[in-house]
Amino acid sequence: MKNLLLVEDLWASYGEHMVLKGVNFALKKGEKVVIVGPSGSGKSTLLKCIVRLVEPIKGKIFLDGVEVTSPKTDIRSVRAKTGFVFQNYNLFPHMTVLENIALPLRIVKKLTKKDAEEKAKIMLKTVGMDAYMDKYPLQLSGGQQQRVAIARALAMDPILLLLDEPTSALDPELRGEVLDVLRRIAREGISMLIVTHEMDFAEEVADRMLFMEDGKILAADSPAKLIHSLENERLVRFFRKLKA
Amino acid sequence: MLDTLFFIASIIPFLIQGISVTLQVTLFAFAIGLALASLLTPIRVFAPVSLSWLPRTYVELFRGTPLLVQLFLIYFGLPSKGIKLDALTAGILALGLNSAAYQAEIFRASIKGIPESQFLAAESLGMSRLQVYRYVVFPQAFRIALPALVNEFVTLMKESSLVAIIGVAELTRRGEYLVAYTFRALEVYIAVAMLYLVLCLTFSQGAKIIEKKLKIPGYERSR
Repeated sequence: MKNLLLVEDLWASYGEHMVLKGVNFALKKGEKVVIVGPSGSGKSTLLKCIVRLVEPIKGKIFLDGVEVTSPKTDIRSVRAKTGFVFQNYNLFPHMTVLENIALPLRIVKKLTKKDAEEKAKIMLKTVGMDAYMDKYPLQLSGGQQQRVAIARALAMDPILLLLDEPTSALDPELRGEVLDVLRRIAREGISMLIVTHEMDFAEEVADRMLFMEDGKILAADSPAKLIHSLENERLVRFFRKLKA
Repeated sequence: MLDTLFFIASIIPFLIQGISVTLQVTLFAFAIGLALASLLTPIRVFAPVSLSWLPRTYVELFRGTPLLVQLFLIYFGLPSKGIKLDALTAGILALGLNSAAYQAEIFRASIKGIPESQFLAAESLGMSRLQVYRYVVFPQAFRIALPALVNEFVTLMKESSLVAIIGVAELTRRGEYLVAYTFRALEVYIAVAMLYLVLCLTFSQGAKIIEKKLKIPGYERSR
């Protein structure tokens, strides 16, 4: 199958500090790929580079045949067809749940107010948050906020959904509801690139797993093979620590 | 004691006529300040470095010199260049130009108070830079700015007493008249102070109602 996303020799830095040191990988249409690795390994930066929320200093990214990294590419149109879910939800606190989803549909996708709100309601139903559409984000639990954030990303009909540790900021008892929603979305066939520490979820949902360390991809294989690997000592140590 | 109270009661009607001038000066000056700050702030946020020195210099200039000197420059200084303003206009202008510097600082700090994550979220949805500010940053920044703006308004109301010096017949100036006629400075200025206090309290209480109306639901609980 055709590559939906292709990343070639990607380098990125924060000032002097080099975060990505030549990352290469591809993601096929419909594929779910999980990125794991210790904190500071560049996972989140890699995700942000794909929609140029962080500007890479070198390398090429192709999404759906468009070179994202080309200065000629209108990055807003790329962002409008990808969904990004953040660790801390990042909903707009001064708007209701419904407005959070309807606003980008209105001003980016140019839907009418009525159509935008109708679509927003459908998306809220998908994540089981339709009863809360008139609430404000800060009146909700973390798990509920993240479900709204997922609905906001999905409402844009993304060809690729990027998720940056979607459950890491949540209490353990709230993670389940978010993971359930993500499992359901995954079954719909949408392409996903997920940074996570939830290994059970990864093993269940992902087609492939990338292990990152120090700005590079050290290993890429099926989740089961990496998680239960006995040969690669670095992986064994990482997953043992994660379980502890 | 009773005599003092009667005296104060008898001068209040005369002083109250000065309140309308005090309010006029304050309101117009605040409006000029708000308009100018609304011009300076976008330049500071959006303009390239080659232009951003302009609002910065403005703020430093007006915050770094005494308001009274600014007032004298406009009222006594400008006529030598052919610009002759009446006392009321000169007073409003000086206070307004001065307040603009403080209001611009309030807006700048409020925008800075919006977390980076809000920009990222808005950008990730494909919003343009202008849309990010219009729909996400400014509405939140305005709420952050509100208490400081109210504070600036109340400060301005008190500072408006400076224009008495160039002869604007506002509250303080009317107090001066009364002292000149009655020689009872203590009672007169107590009455004047009380009227300022009532004005300030009225406005800050009114502002609290507006703040409550505009507050983001759930905001307190999250901190």
